[in-house]
Amino acid sequence: MDKENDTNIKQISKEGIVIEDKNVIEISDLKLSFGNNAVLQGIDLEVKKGETVVVLGKSGTGKSVLLKCIVRLIMSDSGKINVLGMDVLTLNDKELVKLRTKIGFIFQQAALYDSMTVRENLEFPLERHENLDEDEHNKRIEEVLESVSQKESIDKMPSELSGGMRKRIGVARTLILKPEIMLWDEPTTGLDPATSREISYLIVKMQKDFNVSSIVVTHDMSCAKIVSDRIVVLKDGKFIIEGTYEELSKSDDEFVKSFFEEV
Amino acid sequence: MLEYVPKSITNFFLEVYGLYGFTVAYFREIFKRPFEFKEMIRQFFQIGNKSLGLVSITGVIIGFVLALQSVPTMSQFGAVSLIPSMVSIAIIREIGPVIIGLICAGKIGSSIGAELGSMKVTEQIDAMEVSATNPFKYLVVTRITATTLMIPLLVIYADAVAILGGFLALSIVGDETLYFYFSKVFSALTFSDILPSTIKTFFFGFAIGLVGTYKGYNASRGTESVGVAANTSVVVGSLLIIIIDMIAVQITTIIS
Ligand SMILES: Nc1ncnc2c1ncn2[C@@H]1O[C@H](COP(=O)(O)OP(=O)(O)OP(=O)(O)O)[C@@H](O)[C@H]1O
Ligand SMILES: [Mg+2]
Repeated sequence: MDKENDTNIKQISKEGIVIEDKNVIEISDLKLSFGNNAVLQGIDLEVKKGETVVVLGKSGTGKSVLLKCIVRLIMSDSGKINVLGMDVLTLNDKELVKLRTKIGFIFQQAALYDSMTVRENLEFPLERHENLDEDEHNKRIEEVLESVSQKESIDKMPSELSGGMRKRIGVARTLILKPEIMLWDEPTTGLDPATSREISYLIVKMQKDFNVSSIVVTHDMSCAKIVSDRIVVLKDGKFIIEGTYEELSKSDDEFVKSFFEEV
Repeated sequence: MLEYVPKSITNFFLEVYGLYGFTVAYFREIFKRPFEFKEMIRQFFQIGNKSLGLVSITGVIIGFVLALQSVPTMSQFGAVSLIPSMVSIAIIREIGPVIIGLICAGKIGSSIGAELGSMKVTEQIDAMEVSATNPFKYLVVTRITATTLMIPLLVIYADAVAILGGFLALSIVGDETLYFYFSKVFSALTFSDILPSTIKTFFFGFAIGLVGTYKGYNASRGTESVGVAANTSVVVGSLLIIIIDMIAVQITTIIS
């Protein structure tokens, strides 16, 4: 692994980050059931430009489902979702494609295309949405690999990569279209503490370097501590509390306390 | 009302409806840009490459066995010289298409079902969709098109190999020469043997691709559904081939 780049990622702190007073995501009264299973029961959430919001919640409470609703991978039953000024639930196919190119989605298991090399994985979205000449094309691929410190993986197959490397390539693949918003589904789950920390700093780096707004779904409190500007807690299909890491760590609520106990 | 209908029956109709929907979507998407030629050509090679060995061996054996089996019976009537025409007509009209169709349903159908199934389960299909690529076009349309065009080629090739296998058998038991064998074969075959059976193989190919992609694309969550997708692709695909064959035979008898 590239030593110099690693230390580079480790030095990142939250200082100097600008959060504008402008909402890029507005969700109100979002509801969704699968049959009898009422997963989301009235979600309200706002995310500002440049802000990172962490969503905490137990396994199976619908965190992944919430992220998928935002890009309309799953159609919600009712409510309103407004992303970058567009009403997600009523967009036509063309507008939806346009919106999706501005959103990066980091899947829980990275979801790399396993019949393609890393380079082809990165080229896949690039070829389809931007008309770059060959130099610019290659430069963009190198740039994004550089920013996740994975330049040496370029000709590998996903099956040859470790879990942490796969996550990084997954990040690189969404970065390639320069998204304004990134949705991270449990970015650190299943990784060792050191790699988890690196991924957390990577999230902050994205915020700092590219001014992206993020929603980070996680139950990893050390990740939440590093990346969050604000935390919301999901329970029984609703957000029960919201605040900064500091505020929530002093909360009396038993449920909220249970997340902080591990630390 | 619906709860009185047995689950297997409702499932059957849901399945048929799902396959119908997939067919409609296929014809809607195939004429729209982008055409994903690169992936389509990759699929052509994959399908041909993967099945060529199996199809060759099966072809030779079918022809060989068919000819060999006919020798005792036909010699009772003193009609050994009719074997080449009998074998070639049987192979081209029925045995070649159906057996190769079934073999491809097993080999190609299952691999498409498993491939798309695992892509679905590991969220790769979702990933394509959020990177604003149409996964239906990239994964489904290319594969169905590839099977629709490749299965007929494989069948034609297998027919040829099988007829050659028939020659092999006759030259072992008797003293058939290649020249006489093929002159008998070609004088027996007519256009009306070849055309209908070739047309039906396009439908076989379409069915194999359709079922494999449908099962894989609609795999449910959890890794075990990859196996289920592969397995049901083969079962439903084979069944469809038999049904299409039956219909095709009816139609050709009515027309001729
Ligand atoms: N496509 C689907 N069809 C039916 N039910 C679903 C579907 N997706 C999710 N669910 C159900 O919705 C609920 C929430 O699932 P989700 O994957 O969002 O949980 P999660 O909060 O992300 O949990 P984890 O931390 O384990 O990833 C679960 O009960 C799950 O069974
Ligand atoms: Mg999840």
